[in-house]
Amino acid sequence: MHEVAIMTEALRMAVDAAKSAGASRVSKLRLRIGSLSGVVPDSMRFAFDVVCHGTLADGATLEIEAISAACWCMTCQTEFECVDFFNECPRCHNVSGELRHGRELEIADVEIS
Amino acid sequence: MCQECGCGNVGGDVKIGAHSPEHEHHHGLEHGHGHAHDHGKKTVDLNRSLMEKNALLAERNRGFFRAKKLLVLNVVSSPGSGKTTFIRETATRLGTSLRVGVIVGDLATDNDAARLRTAGIPVVQITTGTVCHLDADMVAKAAAQLDLDKLDVLVIENVGNLVCPADYDLGEDLRVVLLSVTEGEDKPLKYPPMFHSAHVAVVTKSDLAAAAGFNRDLALVNLHRISHHARIFELSAKTGDGMKPWLDFLAQQRAAV
Repeated sequence: MHEVAIMTEALRMAVDAAKSAGASRVSKLRLRIGSLSGVVPDSMRFAFDVVCHGTLADGATLEIEAISAACWCMTCQTEFECVDFFNECPRCHNVSGELRHGRELEIADVEIS
Repeated sequence: MCQECGCGNVGGDVKIGAHSPEHEHHHGLEHGHGHAHDHGKKTVDLNRSLMEKNALLAERNRGFFRAKKLLVLNVVSSPGSGKTTFIRETATRLGTSLRVGVIVGDLATDNDAARLRTAGIPVVQITTGTVCHLDADMVAKAAAQLDLDKLDVLVIENVGNLVCPADYDLGEDLRVVLLSVTEGEDKPLKYPPMFHSAHVAVVTKSDLAAAAGFNRDLALVNLHRISHHARIFELSAKTGDGMKPWLDFLAQQRAAV
């Protein structure tokens, strides 16, 4: 459910960017969503159509860059992909709780005209 | 270079040969822009967090609460884990040693607020309607309705939901997640963002553990895996078993504010 609130915020940022550049239309929004952000990309797409209706972004396309979660291994000095917040390094088998990616909930850029 | 907007095109005189074969004439300021062929579309980099507005308001709350010397708890769990009873018993047992006020969030009804009010606890209800979580702005508005100078601890009872509230910082000092023994030991694995974000994890309804066939060891393994930095308490708010370590912890945390 909170995808609607988050999408509304993304739209607000996009419309503000368009207005301050003197543009009259937002034709594309690009978001980055991490796998551990607590937000479901499909729900974001659903919310997008609803919140854009009747705004400068009516009919705009939504691109979502899905970011997979990665932990940092202190021993190997390298990142490894993980499924949750606490994981074992596949190389040295030490555990790491230092998440480097996966919580992203960002607007990358907007295309305006 | 164009003198008008710095777009890099050669400005000045543009000869348009096809226009008039007999003679040339000059157009002073017209020039083509590079983006003309994609109908004037341009990309603006933003690279901003979608949570920045809430994060800003949450920090404002945090500073305000700190100035008021309040210990602020954000209590989260799935519906029916016993948040209201846990908060009521916490407030009642602290008695006059620490004065507790509560902000309660629910989609509808003020039943939880009424239950707390009956126990003599100052309460403000936020009815969110369709919204599945509390945000920092709602908390700021609700807090303004409490006499904060008469409180030591402010407890925010979030909407019963283990998904959405995880993303919303309210300006709390401690996020307290409840896991009741009747819900299944794998809740932390199913809702990692919430359990990971908690500073404190409380196993509630411990008096029902035997009846519910609760596998305590497995639940603790799962909690340690996801909430690995969290303080863990096991208690029954109803019988009072295990409440003392939790209340001592609160007193200690309040003293550190």
